[in-house]
Amino acid sequence: MSELKIDTSLVAELLAGFIRDEVRKVGFERVVVGLSGGVDSAVSAFLATRALGKENVVAVMMPYKSSVPESLADAKLAAEQLGLSYRVVEITPMVDAYFSLFPDADILRRGNMMARQRMTVLFDHSAMLKALVLGTSNKTELLLGYGTLYGDMACSLNPIGDLYKTQVWQLAEYLEVPERIRKKPPTADLWAGQTDEGELGFTYAEVDRLLFYMVDKRYTSEELEAVGFTKDFVARVRQRIQSTQFKRRLPLIAKVSQRTVDRDFRYSRDWGR
Amino acid sequence: MDAKRTIAVAQIAPALGAVERNLDLWLQRIEEAVRAGAQTIVFPELGLTGYFLRDMVPDVALSVQAKLLQPLLEKSGEIEIIGGFVEEAADGQCYNAAMCLRAGRVEFVHRKVYLPTYGMFDEQRYFAAGDRLRAFPYGGAKAAILLCEDTWHLSSGYVVCCDGALILFVLASSPARGISEAATPASTCYWELLNQIYSSFFGVYVVFANRVGCEDGVSFWGGSEVVEPGGRVVAKAGYFEPQLLLAEVNAQVLRRERRTTPLLRDEKLWLVLRELARVHNERAKD
Repeated sequence: MSELKIDTSLVAELLAGFIRDEVRKVGFERVVVGLSGGVDSAVSAFLATRALGKENVVAVMMPYKSSVPESLADAKLAAEQLGLSYRVVEITPMVDAYFSLFPDADILRRGNMMARQRMTVLFDHSAMLKALVLGTSNKTELLLGYGTLYGDMACSLNPIGDLYKTQVWQLAEYLEVPERIRKKPPTADLWAGQTDEGELGFTYAEVDRLLFYMVDKRYTSEELEAVGFTKDFVARVRQRIQSTQFKRRLPLIAKVSQRTVDRDFRYSRDWGR
Repeated sequence: MDAKRTIAVAQIAPALGAVERNLDLWLQRIEEAVRAGAQTIVFPELGLTGYFLRDMVPDVALSVQAKLLQPLLEKSGEIEIIGGFVEEAADGQCYNAAMCLRAGRVEFVHRKVYLPTYGMFDEQRYFAAGDRLRAFPYGGAKAAILLCEDTWHLSSGYVVCCDGALILFVLASSPARGISEAATPASTCYWELLNQIYSSFFGVYVVFANRVGCEDGVSFWGGSEVVEPGGRVVAKAGYFEPQLLLAEVNAQVLRRERRTTPLLRDEKLWLVLRELARVHNERAKD
């Protein structure tokens, strides 16, 4: 675990600076963040509050009828500790209206629809409140592709996307995120008893250590086995990263001209800022 | 060298690709530095343009005759100005460059020799590489300018120090990266070590000017510093925040250190040249 230990005070300062700089220079003062009751969105909200002040952070809770009640309670706990103004927008009527047309839809389709419904609520609030949507996906999820494209992965800026889950937990402790949120098992909360680690088939502690050596340190498969990872685990995670690469890139654009968006038309997003 | 000189380091957060806005920022810092009695002010690498320019490079490039530089040239009668910009050469090539303006003229231009093109860096795609490492006249003696990655090639510092530089102006746009249990990012640790090494083993002042601010999620860590010969940090700016850092460079300190530890005096250039020529020839044969 020591490989993944971080100096939390440095990282908090760096990420608060990132939020302040990137929000203000595009002419905004405020962010809006979807609070799920989990640790990732809590950490994003805590960082944003540090960066911009509580009056500039709006929390939105978006429960579905099958969400466990503790999720909403924990999201409120986080918002209240920070003194944020928050609002609850139930997504049940929107999601159910759609699936009344497709009653046989499976849980995957329903989960994705919920994530994308929440995205539309957040981006509507972005326009309503003149606030940028703050992302809440961590590096572990991004690398494993464990998120819904254009759903929970959609945002304007993401302060925690380069932190592994186990590093988010360290930061959460430093930021004094309520213990109840930090200690509960991570879950997408689509059905009762669902947990990330149950669904993925490994723990965050295990996979974060592997990802650190594989991605950050660029160890080969042989080198990874030599430091104690099983061949099967390495292969499984490598395959998962590769097969979800599309989620980490813009959609493919068929090149026909001399200068194509995102290929040889290359400008930073902060162009002129 | 002049007995004492006050140097100001402008640790700024330039806007990306907004040259005129950055020029205003430079002029403000220059005013402050003049008021503080500085003889020289130093701005970071690409301090006039921002760093991740990509396809904007030709749009922000300036020839050394550009009208836009006129307000700076005027100010250079009051204070010497050293800082990074994109230089458009006569043949249209663009360089990641640094200028020294003095008494109304462009005294010296250094073009970055080592353009990092690996990991998060892509400079060689956009810039032509410089092909000179030279000291230039400064304060009755000589100084040299190195741009960011130049400094990571220890040979660059070796050459300009052998060429007589007593002060190394190191201009950087160094991103904060590599978090761990350490209280500073890995990139910070490397730079602070480098500045120590140059000042300790070449017996020079290192004036390190790094920028702050964010570009596309990349944070620049600042921490500008002036390190005296022998490695003592005489002035240090904070991390991540803009600041005007002031420091005095003192000819006596330089002289004393060079007498105590006369490493450069004892350099055997003929030996280095002979052995490098041999290595070069042997490599060419492979």
